[in-house]
Amino acid sequence: MIDVLYFAWVRERIGLPREKVETNAETVVDLVEELKAREERYAAAFADISALRVAVDQELTDFSAPLKGAREIAFFPPMTGG
Amino acid sequence: MAVRIQEQSFDLGAEIEKFAAGRRDAGAIVSFTGVVRDDADGQLDRMEIEHYPGMTERAIAAIEAEAVSRWNLTEALVIHRYGVLRPGERIMMVATASRHRMDAFAAAEFLMDYLKSRAPFWKKEFTKDGAEWVAAKEEDEAALSRW
Repeated sequence: MIDVLYFAWVRERIGLPREKVETNAETVVDLVEELKAREERYAAAFADISALRVAVDQELTDFSAPLKGAREIAFFPPMTGG
Repeated sequence: MAVRIQEQSFDLGAEIEKFAAGRRDAGAIVSFTGVVRDDADGQLDRMEIEHYPGMTERAIAAIEAEAVSRWNLTEALVIHRYGVLRPGERIMMVATASRHRMDAFAAAEFLMDYLKSRAPFWKKEFTKDGAEWVAAKEEDEAALSRW
């Protein structure tokens, strides 16, 4: 089980801030495909992953990153700090 | 080096005084303050800032560590707020201290550029017409290439 977190409009589109997901996905993009296949709201949120960013265990990475040993995956739009 | 992520406002004068207090080795102290700006001609009611607790602190600490490795800094401070903020309210501040001013100025700019697009914050603006997430600007991403 891994914790999957959503922020900003990704959270709004999916309708929840975090959930536990049972998965054997090897990479982030594999996990995204599993989520998209679940329900329309996931498919909508992940329709264009070039508009999204991902962090694995709180480190920014890319969608081809492996998930082996990961505990926490977060999806969000480009950041707007400062 | 310090990072503070908080909902409540902060006293700018007091923070800079505290940051500067007791330093004998720093000849220069630079500070930058970010303020909620109303770009909607007086229509902006508020901004809501969301962040990723845990990653926010880690990401900013890493950015600070990078600044320390590049410039001769004696101290750095980042304070960033989240939650509901009104136009004119302070969002965040950066302070840097160094022996000479060039390092303090450059490091403060570097910290700001990286906070803009590498610290996990998201801003949503509320006007009377509705709410909208603030989109990341291409020039903010491009600004990183100068470092």
